Amino acid sequence: MIITKIRTLVANYSDLPVRSGYSVKMNDEEIALFKVTNGTVYAIENRSPHPKGGVLTEGLVSGEYVFCPVYDWKIALRDGKVQAPDEGQIKTYQVEVKDDNVYIII
Amino acid sequence: MKKLVMIGNGMAGVRTIEEILKLSPNQFEITIFGQEPYPNYNRIKLSNILQGDTSFEEIIINPLDWYKENKIQLFTGEAVTKVDVEAKKVISDQGREVEYDELIIATGSSSFILPIPGADKIGVTGFRDIKDCEMMIKSAQNYNKAVVIGGGLLGLEAARGLLNLGMKVDVVHLMPNLMERQLDPIASSLLKAELESQGMRFLMEKETVEIIGDEHVAGLRFKDGSLIPADLVVMAIGIKSNTMVAKESGIYVNRGIVVNDLMETSAPNVYAVGECAEHREIVYGLVAPLYEQGKVLAERICGKETAPYEGSVTGTQLKVAGVDLYSAGEIFEVGTTKSIMVYNEYEGIYKRVLVRDNRIVGIVLYGDTKDSTRLFRMLSKKEDITGISIFEAQCSAEGGSGDIASMPNDELVCGCNGVTKGAIVEAINAQGLTTLDQVSHCTNAGRSCGRCKPMVNDILAYTLGDQFDAAAAQKTSICGCTTISREELIAEIKEKGLTSVKEVMNVLEWNNEEGCTKCRPAINYYLGMIHMDEYLDDRDSRLVNEKMHANIQKDGTYSVVPRMYGGVTNVADLKKIAEVAEKYEVPLVKLTGGQRIGLFGVKKEDLPSMWKELDMPSGYAYGKTLRTVKTCVGAQFCRYGTQDSMSLGIELEKKFERLDTPHKVKMGVSACPRNCSEAGIKDIGFVGIDGGWEIYVAGNGGVDLRAGDLLATVKTEAEVMELTGAYLQYYRETANYLERTSKWVERVGLEHVKEVLANAETRKELNERMDQTLKKYIEPWNEAIECENIKDKYYAVHTFKAGE
Repeated sequence: MIITKIRTLVANYSDLPVRSGYSVKMNDEEIALFKVTNGTVYAIENRSPHPKGGVLTEGLVSGEYVFCPVYDWKIALRDGKVQAPDEGQIKTYQVEVKDDNVYIII
Repeated sequence: MKKLVMIGNGMAGVRTIEEILKLSPNQFEITIFGQEPYPNYNRIKLSNILQGDTSFEEIIINPLDWYKENKIQLFTGEAVTKVDVEAKKVISDQGREVEYDELIIATGSSSFILPIPGADKIGVTGFRDIKDCEMMIKSAQNYNKAVVIGGGLLGLEAARGLLNLGMKVDVVHLMPNLMERQLDPIASSLLKAELESQGMRFLMEKETVEIIGDEHVAGLRFKDGSLIPADLVVMAIGIKSNTMVAKESGIYVNRGIVVNDLMETSAPNVYAVGECAEHREIVYGLVAPLYEQGKVLAERICGKETAPYEGSVTGTQLKVAGVDLYSAGEIFEVGTTKSIMVYNEYEGIYKRVLVRDNRIVGIVLYGDTKDSTRLFRMLSKKEDITGISIFEAQCSAEGGSGDIASMPNDELVCGCNGVTKGAIVEAINAQGLTTLDQVSHCTNAGRSCGRCKPMVNDILAYTLGDQFDAAAAQKTSICGCTTISREELIAEIKEKGLTSVKEVMNVLEWNNEEGCTKCRPAINYYLGMIHMDEYLDDRDSRLVNEKMHANIQKDGTYSVVPRMYGGVTNVADLKKIAEVAEKYEVPLVKLTGGQRIGLFGVKKEDLPSMWKELDMPSGYAYGKTLRTVKTCVGAQFCRYGTQDSMSLGIELEKKFERLDTPHKVKMGVSACPRNCSEAGIKDIGFVGIDGGWEIYVAGNGGVDLRAGDLLATVKTEAEVMELTGAYLQYYRETANYLERTSKWVERVGLEHVKEVLANAETRKELNERMDQTLKKYIEPWNEAIECENIKDKYYAVHTFKAGE
């Protein structure tokens, strides 16, 4: 079986603000990019895992976590897991950074 | 959506609803009927209210907002009188009919009132709800002699509360020993002696046969013919399940509403939970088993696989008038049992374990209950105690850490919320917790009745070892990232000359390097307050609304509310608003509570261009700052107006707009005491009178409804501005971040604020600092329009097609 992965250029690395969200719309998917203090870029689904929804790009970023701006849930950027005492998980995307290019691979 | 109706709005029922929402948030349309006019509160804490340790607000578990957020239709002060199990609907005492697919009966219990002559006289009450508490508190103001019937837990707590309220209290008890169902005679006599030393009087082995008096109670008559006088009689003999509605509706009722192991009653799709339910012939009255029932019921209703509820073995952990008590299992020695006892009369400690066939079958602890969880585990697991020293931990000098070491990880620490030692230790280690507050927040341990808090603290001390700082663990730190308090933070910023959020977290050794949503906005505020116009605001440490200068809505869109000074607008502005609303297809245009127009449902990427086209300043409808100054029409047009309220309102709004404050600040200006601008429930309210203005402060029209207090009456507008500036600045400098003026004034005292502001020199200095701070603000919408960086960083959405 051949697995095809699509690589899409979504941003310039130098354009990404540190400790702040960056909104990307790819086809119909809304994706939030975060460049954290150590320079790593993470991509997650731009939707709070809270049952009532909400977005994540405007959340406060601390280390490798983002706080959901509407319900204050703490979410790990690395794996999309919601931290205790809340529960849940959101989708994460594979990111590749090459030179100044930031790609999302799906 | 299926319809779920619940009769009753108490702890067991609402916990069940919480479990259901957790399992399946969108499965049901939920309606709750509560007979009491309140949201769900913590009934365990009623005695604290009576004893004056806490206020009603503090014991609310689910505030009204919770119901709103979860789209629960709540009818308070309304009782359901009948269930039509055929038609599947309930009928309330106000004639309301609501259909259900699933029905939960959680009507709880009420005080058992002795069926004796005179029990209906004024001044006779049970002790079960807020109303009873209020009645007792009121009685204490007018009368001084109370009699409590019942020497059980409830009766003794009521008696202690009445003593605190300054009444003389006699406790009448039918049996020879107090709390005879939980304590053996030795523990009981120790308790009695302790309570007598606190001022309680006891009449033991007395059976009340009549309450005497005219309309109002005057005294009690006992079976032996003796009499005692009383102005207030509290009956605390026991509780009885509230089963009336079930019985009337043909549902099978014994002592309680009878349920099976899945909490199902005899009627299809009707369930019962809590103190109204009888399961395997037991009606439980403690919170832990009720929560266990709730969990099973939630799973059943959501259609999940569930282990049946098979009953609970309970230990009773109690605190009566400062004495810790614990009891579980059998109480009385019979021929087949042997006792192991520790009796330290000097320190008031008594412990006894009953043993049969090498196994613990009963526990009574008085004065020191640290061993309770360990012993209870041995009791419930039927451990063979041969060779085990039951009270060895008694000798450990380290205040119980020996206990903690030997406690297995699956041992329950917080019975109310089902939190084990293992879960607490894991949270402490994984998240680097150092205070009791943090542990409670992360694990829920200690958030219901709070009795396990000493144990949680011991676990914290044990887990942290040498790093445990007892004083720090108890204090309220800013958040989980640090142990320092607000006062310490402010002192450190000043002393060390810290100038940025990052520097604060770094120098003061935050254990979470980049902070969280609690500390970062707070630090940013305090820095701005201290350094005034020299501080460079850290926009990314503000939460979403302040960062975006727009109010985020639940679907991720925003609202736009332009400034309308004093609620006064004009044709040109209205036209612009209309045009913008039309062009951007704004889904909702609404007048806000603060006398202006809000445009709701705006896409993030549309914000800057809409602001540009509006060309009006931000109304800051989203900020911890001055929101609006609401005004009435006033002397310019109104025939009653004695002052020009609109002009003063506009002047105030123009001067203080954009100012960062610990929490939002609302003002109102009325031109006469009819007060059309509702200035009495604003943070600062101005009421025009003949020849001057009254200034009211600390009013609140929100969650903590509170009427404002008169701060001062002044003659001129100049005096109004001067006093307002000084007052606001004093609030900015001394309040905790996120503390509204109403709470702040209650904390520091109105008289104190008046005293500070009475000094002309102090007022002048406060106003100077205020003016210096106000210099730094620029209009944020305009800034966003002008600055590409801001536009791109905060408001852009970048669109792509995959693979391009």
